[in-house]
Amino acid sequence: MEKAESYKKRIKLHTPPSALLKDSALAFLFGGAICLIGELLATLYIYLGISEKDAYTLVSVTLIFISALMTGLGIFDNIARHAGAGTLVPVTGFANSVVSPAIDNRSEGLILGVGAKIFTVAGPVILYAVLSGTVFGIIYYITKLFI
Amino acid sequence: MIDILRLLSAFVVGGLISVTAQVLIDLTRLTPARILVLFVCAGVFIGAIGLYDIIFEFAGAGISVPLIGFGATVADGVREAVDKEGLLGILKGPFTAAAAGCSASLVFGYLICLLFKGKPKKS
Repeated sequence: MEKAESYKKRIKLHTPPSALLKDSALAFLFGGAICLIGELLATLYIYLGISEKDAYTLVSVTLIFISALMTGLGIFDNIARHAGAGTLVPVTGFANSVVSPAIDNRSEGLILGVGAKIFTVAGPVILYAVLSGTVFGIIYYITKLFI
Repeated sequence: MIDILRLLSAFVVGGLISVTAQVLIDLTRLTPARILVLFVCAGVFIGAIGLYDIIFEFAGAGISVPLIGFGATVADGVREAVDKEGLLGILKGPFTAAAAGCSASLVFGYLICLLFKGKPKKS
């Protein structure tokens, strides 16, 4: 029994401290920074006279463009390796997951290579967004009938 | 002109959402694609119950930039379309709202594909 205990202790001494803490800290910093940039862009767009709703849509579009470009240049993966969920969860991750498989499979042609693979991750995301949106729509429609 | 408090809340809220995803990845080994789907659906739910608007009020891009914002936009679009067009709005709403984000990803994605050739995979 004692032997097993001390063995566990020794293992603990030699394994690196949980990656969870470091991963989370990096995810927080990168995810936060991307949203901060988004908020700055939104402030700029609103200052330029764009309505608030459109400004935030434009922010997403801008970030999507930047991520797509950085994916093409091969910079995105280098950042994402450190940022983890920090770059995955913002729209940047969505844009990257659209471009990345499409570029990788370009050799298979523009139709079944780029055309099909561009939906590898975007497909499921859009599908489930529309599905859950429709479910909400049905519930909302029915509740409206009674209220 | 620049609202420091709002910038700070955008940073913190966006950071916290990313940490939630990171913890899920590290502890449950969910793949990135599943995380994205999960967050979009969570966004639709948060948007549907009205929680999104409350957070957006003080955090702005902190909640709109994560994929949760994309989901919430879908919920918002559905609500608007059902109010305006009734039953048919259920089907029109989701895509109307998601249009800008989807089109931007696909169009920019395609253009980038044409401009850059994929690097041969290492390993």
